[in-house]
Amino acid sequence: MLHQRAAFFQAIRRFFQGQGFLEVDTPVRQPLVIPEQNIVPIPSAGHFLQSSPELYMKRLLAGGCEKIFQICHCFRSGERGRLHLEEFVMLEWYRLDCGYTKLMGDCECLFEFLESRVTPWHFPVSLCTPWQRITVEDAFHKYCSMTPAQALDQGIFDLLLVEKVEANLGDKTPTFLYDYPLELASLARSKVENPGIAERFELYVAGVELANGFSELTDPVAQRARFMEEYAGMENFPEGEKKMPELFLKDLGKIESAAGIAMGLDRLFMLISGQGSVDDAVTFAPDDLDV
Amino acid sequence: MLSASDLRKGLKIQIDGQPYIITHFEFSKPGKGQSLYRCKMRNMITGNQFSQTYRSNEKFEKPALEERKMQYLYNQGDEYHFMDTENYEQTFITREQLGENVSFLQDNMELDVLFFDEKPIDVTLPIFVNLVVTVAEPWAKGDTSGNDTKPVTVETGYVLQVPPFVVEGDKIQIDTRTGAYVTRVKE
Repeated sequence: MLHQRAAFFQAIRRFFQGQGFLEVDTPVRQPLVIPEQNIVPIPSAGHFLQSSPELYMKRLLAGGCEKIFQICHCFRSGERGRLHLEEFVMLEWYRLDCGYTKLMGDCECLFEFLESRVTPWHFPVSLCTPWQRITVEDAFHKYCSMTPAQALDQGIFDLLLVEKVEANLGDKTPTFLYDYPLELASLARSKVENPGIAERFELYVAGVELANGFSELTDPVAQRARFMEEYAGMENFPEGEKKMPELFLKDLGKIESAAGIAMGLDRLFMLISGQGSVDDAVTFAPDDLDV
Repeated sequence: MLSASDLRKGLKIQIDGQPYIITHFEFSKPGKGQSLYRCKMRNMITGNQFSQTYRSNEKFEKPALEERKMQYLYNQGDEYHFMDTENYEQTFITREQLGENVSFLQDNMELDVLFFDEKPIDVTLPIFVNLVVTVAEPWAKGDTSGNDTKPVTVETGYVLQVPPFVVEGDKIQIDTRTGAYVTRVKE
């Protein structure tokens, strides 16, 4: 499996290099992490371990990079299960002057490339393009008989997504679930024709969520307001720590438009290698570590 | 108090005054969404099962469960009497509560009895018990059906499949977790 996993990482790098992307790396320990209500960062001697390299990737875009990618370890406290590790490997890539549909196309090309380079290939579904696409609105209508807005009002959006929607996604080909309610995408751009909807998508394969991509919100004023909303919802987070990433917000203003995506590589490799859990797909699972 | 992040398979929690054990557990978290703790649980008294998904802000009480070493004494109809080996207090458990465990109870057997709110609700048997075969049909020579086991009845009335060489009066070891034959015991 080590060889298969090595070939998998090598193929990802080769794919992005071939597409003209620059591989970058950014600080793993950060004094300030992205304010997100549902992500608990892991402290590290006065800093935090990154939950995602997102802020620094966008600052590189602001600095003039057009196409960048990074493979790195990310950390999220308390996330542990069949599909969750507190430390996991993330792939993120960003494109300047693009929207989220371009990223969906990247996913299709990347997986096709991986299939040609990684053996054995136990991926559970066909990669025949075009992959299935369904809006969040249509998915909730189809599987829950209610609108996403109704589910949000009742506080059961996540519950329905997990219990009714996800299992149906990605059964024949990988599936894009897209166009999320704006309140569920604090760093994404809203649709011009429908400001209540964010240009955000999630990629699902066999009910497993693999990636989250969106057209980036590049308005620093709107982004600041969204961060404040996130902080307001973070009741257990110390008030004194609720700081704004000022350098990021300043840089954000330099970006006209961009799109970025984060993909969980342990989960993707789990599907490719035909394993039943991420524990079985990584080199050392948490239970394998000395304590 | 327990919080949702403590939930895991095998954990016992109290819901509406009843003790439950978590039989299946899955952590879920949709992208950018809340942590969800999906549990299947079994009521430790009634055996009823149900599924529930909890969120991170939910809290649970630990059920007041206590295990005591007890000795099985005898049964009177559907009441099975046990004695605490420390303070000699006696109590009984109904046949219904014991379920399949009844098949493996021997007089004077020592086992763990689980109490909830001072009431006995379950027993934990030794993994292996030795029981005497009371009924065994002789092995039909020339049996060409391909079966290499035959049914026998042991002293508790329990019926199981054993190898053909086991005869009436033999003492055999049984795995109480599966109810299966392990070996013949020589004495």
